[in-house]
Amino acid sequence: MNMPLQAPPLGSAAHKIVTLLEQRTGQHLDVGRAWRIDSALQPMLRERGLSSLDELVARIAAGGRCEEGLADLVVDALLNQETSFFRDAGVLDLVLTAAMDMVAEAPRRLRIWSAACSTGQEPLSLAMLFSEAQERSGLPLPEIRATDISARALARARAGRYTQFEIQRGLSIRRMMAWFEVREEYWEAKAELRYRLLFAQQNLMSDPMPSGKFDIVLCRNVLMYLSPAARSQVLNRIAGVLRPGGLLVLGAGETVIGHTEALVPSECYRGLYRLAAH
Amino acid sequence: MKSCLVVDDSKVIRKVARHILETLQFEVREAGDGREALDRCAEQQPDVILLDWNMPVMSGMDFLRALRQSDGGMHPKVVFCTTENGMAYIRAAIEAGADEYVMKPFDRETLESKLQIVGVA
Ligand SMILES: C[S@@+](CC[C@H](N)C(=O)[O-])C[C@H]1O[C@@H](n2cnc3c(N)ncnc32)[C@H](O)[C@@H]1O
Repeated sequence: MNMPLQAPPLGSAAHKIVTLLEQRTGQHLDVGRAWRIDSALQPMLRERGLSSLDELVARIAAGGRCEEGLADLVVDALLNQETSFFRDAGVLDLVLTAAMDMVAEAPRRLRIWSAACSTGQEPLSLAMLFSEAQERSGLPLPEIRATDISARALARARAGRYTQFEIQRGLSIRRMMAWFEVREEYWEAKAELRYRLLFAQQNLMSDPMPSGKFDIVLCRNVLMYLSPAARSQVLNRIAGVLRPGGLLVLGAGETVIGHTEALVPSECYRGLYRLAAH
Repeated sequence: MKSCLVVDDSKVIRKVARHILETLQFEVREAGDGREALDRCAEQQPDVILLDWNMPVMSGMDFLRALRQSDGGMHPKVVFCTTENGMAYIRAAIEAGADEYVMKPFDRETLESKLQIVGVA
């Protein structure tokens, strides 16, 4: 028999964890995913010698020095961090085209921000794309910043190490040969590529934004997990760091429409967004 | 509908690959070694070939070299699909005319992604 799923009951441990996640990240767990909290947190319970979600919630509530960071770990374990190299490759080609147009119009070193970069495939893809463009046509290498809320994902992004499954997803064999080397059972991005990226931990909802203005911001496949209010907040914050003429790139199926007045679809680059004229 | 020739001496691998390829809307043919694969290609060149390295009778490398010199043999995209995962092997395969390279074990996403990269999916 198929029982209709209901949200975790008010006051239950699962409900408290859903609330914690929402407060920290703006992520709204739908009912289906809320029921997977238990399995997502099992490894962590075991590791900490905790017997149940109730005990975990009690520990977090008790605070105390040794539990600092426990809430962060819980949030981390519940985030979807799926990503791949050259995800929606057509969009990245469009980003390169737009970047070349920007530089042609006003020669400079562009600033690009990969917001919510997960385990690093997106900023590394940008670094490969722009390094190749530099070799081909002399386009100056942009400054590429990459941030994520998850310390765990960022540590992996910084290391630039990928399993055989991850390295084969979206990455052509020629690029793998050119930009990666084998380290034990991993594929590691060459230092020359990794050094082109600047990583920092950042919560898009509440932490200070990176300083200065950006020519291109990618914030892909994050908004889809956020509540409507959180989407507006994040989009408005991003609009605040876009340079006039700058572009925002969202994930396939994500839009600014209905979430902010500050951004509108770009007429020149289909699917990208620009600041609204005032 | 695009066509794919799966060349592998393992019946199990052929079956797994066939299953994934059919869900991706490919018309699939199979060959158990390089010799047989050349025959299949002589009948009709597929759009893409999934190619194992070590096989009896004729290896993947020997097949690839022969294919590229045969009539219409430049048409198929060739994706090596093998447990030979070292850089030296990969380089040799690309130099011999392979378009892509899948390191076994692979899953549906890997295969789909590589087929997209060579422009057939
Ligand atoms: C599904 S991944 C997308 C990764 C990459 N942008 C892509 O499109 O492939 C979503 C990422 O958003 C991060 N994230 C979720 N909420 C966030 C927040 N409030 N601030 C910053 N990053 C957040 C997660 O840690 C995760 O790495």
